[in-house]
Amino acid sequence: MTTTEPRRHEICAIALAEAFRGDGEILASPIGILPSIAARLARATFAPDLLMSDGVASLVAGIPPVGAVDERPTVEGWIPYRTVFDVVWSGRRHVIMGASQIDRHGNQNIACIGDPKRPKAQLLGMRGAPGNTINHTTSYWIPAHSRRAFVARVDVVSGVGYDRAAALGPRASRFHEIRRVVSNLGVFDFQTADRSMRVVSIHPGVAIADVVEATGFPLVIDEPVAITRLPTAEELDLLRRVIDPRGLGAREVPA
Amino acid sequence: MRDKRTSHDEVIAELRDGMTIGIGGWGSRRKPMSLVRALLRSPVTDLTVVSYGGPDVGLLCAAGKVKRLITGFVSLDSIPLEPHYRAAREKGYARGGEGQGTSAEGGLGEGKEGEPSRTGPRGSSPPERAGIDTAELDEGMLQWGLYAAALRLPFLPTRAGLGSDVLPLNPWLRTVTSPYDDGETLVAVPALELDVALVHMNRADAAGNAQFLGPDLYFDDLFLGAAKKRFVSTEKVVATEELLAGGSLHTLRIHRGMVDGVVEARLGAHFTECPPDYGRDEAFQKRYAQAAADPAAWGAFADQFLSGTHDDYVRAVEALR
Repeated sequence: MTTTEPRRHEICAIALAEAFRGDGEILASPIGILPSIAARLARATFAPDLLMSDGVASLVAGIPPVGAVDERPTVEGWIPYRTVFDVVWSGRRHVIMGASQIDRHGNQNIACIGDPKRPKAQLLGMRGAPGNTINHTTSYWIPAHSRRAFVARVDVVSGVGYDRAAALGPRASRFHEIRRVVSNLGVFDFQTADRSMRVVSIHPGVAIADVVEATGFPLVIDEPVAITRLPTAEELDLLRRVIDPRGLGAREVPA
Repeated sequence: MRDKRTSHDEVIAELRDGMTIGIGGWGSRRKPMSLVRALLRSPVTDLTVVSYGGPDVGLLCAAGKVKRLITGFVSLDSIPLEPHYRAAREKGYARGGEGQGTSAEGGLGEGKEGEPSRTGPRGSSPPERAGIDTAELDEGMLQWGLYAAALRLPFLPTRAGLGSDVLPLNPWLRTVTSPYDDGETLVAVPALELDVALVHMNRADAAGNAQFLGPDLYFDDLFLGAAKKRFVSTEKVVATEELLAGGSLHTLRIHRGMVDGVVEARLGAHFTECPPDYGRDEAFQKRYAQAAADPAAWGAFADQFLSGTHDDYVRAVEALR
């Protein structure tokens, strides 16, 4: 067992893994390194029924290490893009996406910065964000918490937030859920009366004032502010020895 | 069975200005690149392009061929943003008419010394930059539009798009109310009818029965289904009875009733991946992306790789190895 103190990216991995708790036998779709580490950790511990793809077209069994190119995990199914869309629209999926911008109601932008007719910066495009957010559970991973990312107003709504969902009415929005937002500073959700973003916990060593300062809108803060839980010894061992032996997760979180 | 084998140039001769072209594959995966390069060499322009975009879209944007783009993203996969598409979106690109695609614009216009330029005279005044009319849809909506066209339906309903900015940014998209008791409002994705579809397959026979041997068909069958004229390029034309020797029955998703012309093009998808025949040529893709980011370098890249026939291209690529 590893004995050194957990590092920030490992605490983020735990916070992201917790997003999948209770999800059962659905497709976990982590976008990015730490979400991928987190989904593996969840499956290796408290969410063993999660399905995961190899990022190409196979559902894979076991806990293959992240970033391993020469590993040949056991394939348990075929999931070409057409099947991915079927799963998205069936609702049996939980995606962790990134967000170049996110607002207090959870509207997400990955499309572009500036006027979408003639953007200052083209980003990834709409990709699957509109369909994901209106059809199944979504969480977000934002590795650099700042006022550039946590904004009063997103330039383009790719992923649907709670205010936009509410405006559609209860029927059209009944599958919409933003489970949590995890950043390098803390964990956030929308379990508030007006579905605005709330601090669930801040990571050990982070001051709530730093979170407030780095956020471009008012956060709902319940006192006393909780601290994100630490990985257990077993979880740390899994992270360091099995899931991320090359230490890729550390690269995604600024020191 | 009719022999539908044809050439790159004969396929492109079927295209007209203003047509709607669908391109199969996904990102930097199994794209009909040799057909796209043949299109770059032609005078055809003002196209509406429907694609899960990769370098196909980037090249057509850079060459000023695209009037309108309907897509969910334009990516090189291992390089998240297609550099030509990014430039086209952020700075705009000239399109149509005189002077398009000069090298200063990152286009393909420079002919060899003493030869007429294909797309515009050297030293012509810089054309006005115009943004490409881009409709960015949710990825799943694109599938639905192609499927609607393939089924000759006016639209197919979906929840995808509701609440996002896809609808306000694309006022041509409308909603529909369920006629049943639920009364739910859904997006009515209109049929994306194509004049021409271009896809690349691992194998095909001369009649157009075509086979994908990689992990994903993507939506190539729907692109073909949605189009009036349907063209397949293939790594290798084989005898019909050889198709099943190469893969299971399930790989024969494209039958000859879906195809009007077959072009044999070894390395036809290069530099995008075409497994199991070859993976993505990451080194070449990097070279492409670096050249695309630098107008001076792009002119040289275009001369070296985009100015000749597919055989010239294969020779130029193999000379790098």
